[in-house]
This record gives sequence, C-alpha cells and structure tokens, in this order.
Amino acid sequence: MRYHPHTEADRKEMLAAMGMKSMQDLFADIPEKVRLARELNIPGPLSEQELVKHLGELSGKNANLADYVSFLGGGIYDHYVPSVINHLLLRPEFFTAYTPYQPEISQGTLTAIFEYQTLICRLTGMEVANASMYDGASALAEAVLMAGEAVKRKEILLSAAVHPECREVVKTYARGQGLAVAEVPFTGGITDLDALKAKLSGNTAAVVVQNPNFFGCIEPVLELGEAAHGQGALYITAVDPISLGILKAPGEYGADIVVGDGQALGNPTSYGGPHLGFMAAAAKLVRRMPGRIVGQAVDTRGQRAFVLTLQAREQHIRREKATSNICSNQALNALAATIYLCLLGKKGIRELAELCLQKAHYLAGKLAEVPGYRLAFSAPFFKEFVLKTPVTPALINQALLKDKILGGLDLGTFYPELAGHQMFAVTERRTRAEMDNLVAKLKDDIAAKSKDNVVAKPKDDVVAKPGGGRG
Amino acid sequence: MTEQLVFELSKPGRRCLELPACDVPKAELSSLLPPGMLRDEIKGMPEVSEIDVVRHFTRLSKLNHGVDNGFYPLGSCTMKYNPKVNEDAARLPGFARIHPYQPEELAQGALELMYKTQEFLAEIGGMDGISLQPAAGAHGEYTGMIIIRAYHESKGEQRTKVIVPDSAHGTNPATAALCGYQVVQVKSDARGGVDVEALRQAMSGDVAALMLTNPNTLGLFDENITEIADLVHGGGGLLYYDGANANAIMGIARPGDMGFDVVHFNLHKTFSTPHGGGGPGSGPVGVKGFLEPFLPKPVVGFKEGKYFLDYDRPQSIGKVRSFYGNFGVVVKAYAYMIALGGAGLKAVSEHAVLNANYLMHKLKKDYHLPYGRICKHEFVITSRNQKGKGVHTLDIAKRLLDFGYHPPTIYFPLIVEEAMMIEPTETESRETLDEFIATMERIAREVEQNPELVWEAPHNTPVGRPDEAAAARKPVLSYLFCE
Repeated sequence: MRYHPHTEADRKEMLAAMGMKSMQDLFADIPEKVRLARELNIPGPLSEQELVKHLGELSGKNANLADYVSFLGGGIYDHYVPSVINHLLLRPEFFTAYTPYQPEISQGTLTAIFEYQTLICRLTGMEVANASMYDGASALAEAVLMAGEAVKRKEILLSAAVHPECREVVKTYARGQGLAVAEVPFTGGITDLDALKAKLSGNTAAVVVQNPNFFGCIEPVLELGEAAHGQGALYITAVDPISLGILKAPGEYGADIVVGDGQALGNPTSYGGPHLGFMAAAAKLVRRMPGRIVGQAVDTRGQRAFVLTLQAREQHIRREKATSNICSNQALNALAATIYLCLLGKKGIRELAELCLQKAHYLAGKLAEVPGYRLAFSAPFFKEFVLKTPVTPALINQALLKDKILGGLDLGTFYPELAGHQMFAVTERRTRAEMDNLVAKLKDDIAAKSKDNVVAKPKDDVVAKPGGGRG
Repeated sequence: MTEQLVFELSKPGRRCLELPACDVPKAELSSLLPPGMLRDEIKGMPEVSEIDVVRHFTRLSKLNHGVDNGFYPLGSCTMKYNPKVNEDAARLPGFARIHPYQPEELAQGALELMYKTQEFLAEIGGMDGISLQPAAGAHGEYTGMIIIRAYHESKGEQRTKVIVPDSAHGTNPATAALCGYQVVQVKSDARGGVDVEALRQAMSGDVAALMLTNPNTLGLFDENITEIADLVHGGGGLLYYDGANANAIMGIARPGDMGFDVVHFNLHKTFSTPHGGGGPGSGPVGVKGFLEPFLPKPVVGFKEGKYFLDYDRPQSIGKVRSFYGNFGVVVKAYAYMIALGGAGLKAVSEHAVLNANYLMHKLKKDYHLPYGRICKHEFVITSRNQKGKGVHTLDIAKRLLDFGYHPPTIYFPLIVEEAMMIEPTETESRETLDEFIATMERIAREVEQNPELVWEAPHNTPVGRPDEAAAARKPVLSYLFCE
C-alpha cells in the first residue's frame, strides 16, 4: 500500500512473532457490536498521478490571486510572499518535526521561535510575546480572557470597529468565563470616544480596539487607552503588523496586550488559513499568557540553548487550572513570519508600509473623483478605505469580474447600516496601472450602467456574494 | 554547536528584499497620518543579506529532528510520514492564493473539497455533521464542548460538571474548565479502562459530558464502552470523543457507533498533515444529528449543484476562529484520504496496530509493561526495571537521542509512574522497528553495565540538556540588545 511499507512476509512474520495468525487477532478487544461491518465509503485509492490531476482540476475551479487583481482585504491581504520563504519552509527538518519537547534535537524550531518572539516585541513595542496562536481572532479572544483574569473584573468593552469575525470569536470565548461583552459604537469610521467613556466603569476589565480598525481607519489610540486606564481597565489592541512599519507601536501608546493576524507576514492567503495570530504583552502579564513561550537557557556544556519555558501555565502540567487549553502554536507560519521580517529588514518594513499607505491614498483619491463615489469616512487610514457607492457593491463587483478584478468588500454583509459601502484594500502588489484600470472601469462601464440600473437587484446567480456574508 | 541569532548576524546598512519603486505620486506623510502616529525606525530589526537568511535558517533546520530524519515514536502524536505530494497540492495557486471573501462562485473547487472532507470525516467518525473551523486538536475539543454546553442550555439545563478519566490528555480538563465546567476526575480500573463503578458514582444530573479517548492514552481499547455510554446517556450527559488516537480505529470501529455524540479529529495526526514544529494543525469537529444546529458557522453546504457557505444557523455557537479554519491543512488531509480510499484507511489502522503490538511484544523483555493486553496504535512501558541502577525514563529518552531517535512521550499518562508512551505508526517498516528494538535492548544493557553513560546522555546532539528550571526562574524571552 501507498504509505506503509509492509510486505506480506513482514505481516506474517510479525504476527507469528506474537503468536497471532491474522490481522483480526489484533482487534480481539473491540466488542463485536461496535465494529464496523462494512468498508468505509470513501473514494479511492488514487495513484499519485491521478491524485495530482484531480487536485489540479479542483483548484482550477477557484479564482486565484495570481490571475486576478484583488482589492479584497478585511484581515487577509494579498502581500507579496518572497520565494526564499517557501524554500526554507520545505526543509523537512522544520515541517516534519513536532512541538519542540526535546530541546536537544529541536534547537532549529526553538531558536526560530525565540527570534520570532523578539521580532514581535520589536514590532509591537511590547516586552514579551508568545510563540504564536491559531489566528488573530482567537488570539484576541484569549487576550480578553487573560485581561478578565488579570484585573478580576467581568466586563469587556469591544469597539464595533473591530473585525466582525474577531468580535464573534471574542463573544464565543467570553461566554464560558462569564464575561459580559458590550460593544462601543463607531462614528465617522472610528470608535466613539465619548460613548466609550460613558460605558467605562469600575467593572470594565478591558477595552478592545483594532488599529487600523476594520475599516482601515486609524483610531485615536492614545485617548482610547487613557480612557481605559483611567478606570483601571486593561487596554487591548489588535493591529496589522505591516502597519507597524510606519505607525506608532502599541507599546508607545499604552497598550497592555497586543494581538493581530500574522497572515500578512509571509503567509499565503490560503482561503483564510492556516496562518498565525500573534500576542505580545507587558512583562507583568507574562505568567497569565496562554500558549507556548520559548526562553533562553544554558546547557550542560555551558552553551546557550533555547527551551519551552514557563510551562507551569500550561495544560499538560496544570490541567484544569491552566491559563488556556492551547497546546500548540502555528510554528511553521510563525517561521514564515520570522523569515519574512528578516528578509524585509529594518529598511524594508518601513518601505513596505509606506508603499501600502501611498498607494491606498492614490486609489482612494482617484475613486473619490468618480461620479457617485465618495469616501465614507474622513478619518485617516492606512491601506484600506471605505467608499459609499452609487450602486450596490455586489453589482460593481460582478461587473469587475469580467476583467478579472476582485472588487472591494461589500460592507453590507457585515454591517447592515453600511449597505451601499465598499471597502478597498491596497497592498504593495497593486500597480498604478491596475488601479487606474479599476478607476476607468468604474467610470465608464459601471457608471454608464448604473444610470438605468441604480436600484435594480441583480439576479441571484450573478450576485458576487462574498464568502463572509453573515446570516 | 549552536547557531548565532539573526540579530547577531545583522550589520547596519545591509539588506536583501527589494520592493518595487513607488509608482504613484508620493504625498507628504504628515498629510496622510495624524500627528504623533508616525513611527521612527524600528530598532533591532535585522539587517542581513538574502544568503545570510538562507544559510541561517538552513543551519537552524539542521539542528532539528523531523519524521524525514528518522523514527519518531512520540506517543499520542502520530508522527507518520507526511506525503510530499500533499505539500504540492496545498501550494497550487487555486488553493494557496485564494481569498476567503472572494465570491463563492469563484471558490467552488475549495468549497467542494471542504464539503467532501466533511463527508469523509463524518463517515469515519460515524457522525452526521462536521465543522472544519477549529485550528487544532485542543481547539476542536473546545468547540465540541461548547456545542455540548449550547445543547444543554437549549433544553433549559444548567449542567455544571464534566467527567474526565485520570488517564486523559491534559487538554481535556483544561478545555472543560475553559468552557466554565467543574472537572470531575474518575479513576482507571486495573485493566487500564474507565472504572465503571467510579463512573456510576460520579454520574449525576449535573454532569454535562464525559470526555474520553478510545483507545485511551495507555493505547488500550475500553471494552466497556457501550456500558459507559449507556451510563452517561442515562444520566442525561453526552459523550465527547477525543480523536487524538483515531489512527487505531479507522474503518474498524466508529466513535458514533460506540455511543459518542461529539468527536474531534486531528488532521495533523491521523490524516498525515505535517506537524510543522508545533503547527499548523487542524481539529475538525463531528457531531450527531441532534447537535448539528449548534455547529460553528459557516458549514459548507451543497444545493442545486452549487457549494455554499451556510451562515443561516440560528442556534450556532458562533465562531471559534476567523474564516473557515486551516483550509491549507484540510487540502492535505483530503488528498491523503482519497489517495488511500476506504480500504486503504482501514489498512492504515491495521498496520499502525500491528507495529505497536510488535514493538510492545519485543520491548517487554527488558522494560516493564504495566498493562499486558493487546494494545492499539500505541502502548506504555516504564523504566521500573532500570530504577535499581538509578536510571529514570528521562535518561533513557535522552540516550535515545544519541542514536538518532526522537524519544517516546515521557511521563505521560500521569497514572503510570515513569511512563514511556510509544506510537510507531504504520509508516515504519519492520526493519526500522527491529533497529529501534535493538537500540532499546542496548540501552537496557548500558543501564546494567555503565549507567553513567545513560545519566549523562545525550552525548552527540548539538546541545546538551538545558537547565530548564533556571530558564523558568529568570525568564529571558527575547534577545537582549545592547542599546
């Protein structure tokens, strides 16, 4: 068989060595009534050649970002992934290893995680970082639980301008711990500071904001943090790591816990996963942090070595008293992020952030000049911005598909009050020509169409419904 | 020998990745960003060349041991061979370069793959509905347990307790606590299974669920499983199946037929996707029909010839992760399943069990075997026979490193003193097993003749045993720059 090497002779001899006659003897302990009396109904087997053909056909049914020009963002971004990363990730010593339980033969993974933690601390301006988490959303949820424990309060104030999927995950996690989550509305694309102040109290465990927020807008991070701290609450921020090349670090504006989605750091979009979430915090919170943490040690020969440390927080030691049930990280995705940041380096991270910023503003300016379109919010933004559109975004996106353009996200699927609003993301991959082409298409094609079709509802089968539509 | 850190290789002014020139008119930064938000250069970021990066990480990789380097019998982790073709599959542009918010019409291939994976896992588990959203085994446990909580709440019941056996993985009690449950531990009986009498006494109307691994962490199939299921169901509780050990039962027995209501699978164990040094994994959850309404949203549906993301789930527990889970991992597991087919998957489990029993049979000559019955995909031995010479399980594990092996899982399960939990998997040949057996016999002889050699191991790894206690006392968790 394909992936197990036994010959008929092997089987016979191995069974004979144990005094057994058939493979069935190995399962004598499984009661008859729970045994499966038929074969599993799963197609196959396929030879490797047939498998490759089938998967090629299946993948070919998907529009991919190598063929399409994409302005989709909302947490997953079409940044360029340098060639070096994949070549290094495919070193089997990295990708076929398990969690580094045996440090003597895991220094590769452990050293890389130590470098990753250092890079995340530098990017965020925080003192400690863990070895990574499943994604930005679950990292945020774990941060909220951590804050609840740290300040022994039961109420979380969550900005409505935090990614809708992250807010859902936070609410799921909070319920188990009896934390009440209240949302703070946004105004003009940013968190409503007055509304936050009105909701803050001595019961507030944490204030959670995203910066740049879901709409791409830059929040008044200093004032929001001061408000949180004024009531003794922790200040949690979710950030886009690329933005930190040019935007002030959360550690400089008072954040206590910083999380984010690390996909943008050298990981492909991959339909939303796998990638990584990162988490960094003030040093005083380290023993409440969830997840793996790597620390520096000295070995029996006096050499520097790295180990999994502070394990007294973790489930395999503490069981039901652990800080979290998490027992892994996204090591390979964190390795991609580490290599990516090394490749970018000190100058590159700044240049990259500035490219995104400049290009996004170029496109925003051009689109705002198209008749019927206008910028929805006046707040400053980084690489995403929201437009009020003259026709339903679904119709616009449907028209753009003909030219292999994936238009901006239809915000009505997340915020009913923002129906008729569309969010465009611009990374360094978007060229001026691509953006000019988008603008031209909207001007000529869609504007013309919209004259007699402003309120027309597209037919069901042509609605370019985003995958993230709510129900 | 250890490797310098990238920060120590750094040299001011050196760089590698070239970004494209800015092809749009540049605006003044002060006109784009609010005052005070512009950041200075980030101190400490590396400044290295491309070949520096490539050599640094290549050298680091050489300090690691993976399945491709050699035998990796780490119990409960199922370190089987990770097929290369699956890596290629996940990297196809139509899988790796698709955006989660692109129109469903333009993601039909991805959705079809997810839908079929849901079907295959339901078939293997004897379940009715599957969510691919959880990103890891522990995440799957969490998802499964909040589904159970939501179910009880939907019936107006506030059950407060979850039962776990004393042999359970640490994630089980940690998960139950994370879901707000009080954990009740029941002991194992002399045969290594759940003590049915103890379970009977622990059962009450407060019990939401029993979390069980079967075969359990001793590698033993609980023969009383239907009695256990009846007992829990009789008290109104549900049964949760920790699928960490599912490599023993594919096509042989299904959790759903044993009486379990919820399962999670570890695609990175049973379905051959690589562990990646600690992730990414994927921990899909399966449920019986009456729990389907509670699955996280979305699940992938199929209607009128089209695959779609079904968000219309009013009783759903919500979301546990953004988007749809670790899709790239699911691609690899799907490829694995159809490469083998139903009969091939059964053969996987049969050979995993054959290998484990063969190793157990051979190793019990030198090592103490606490439970002497047929094992499934793994088994537990101890260093009790070596104790007289002052040699512990840790020493034996470290000595194995000298011979190019990853040691077994050690000191787990907690109910066995000085445990070594060994899981060979089906992908190892008889020759590999025989070499390992010979090495274990040699170590047993060394313990008798020259125990110092074992105490002081490892001798030829890149680093010796690190002082973990000192590292935890004064934690250094990131590079200390001189600035």
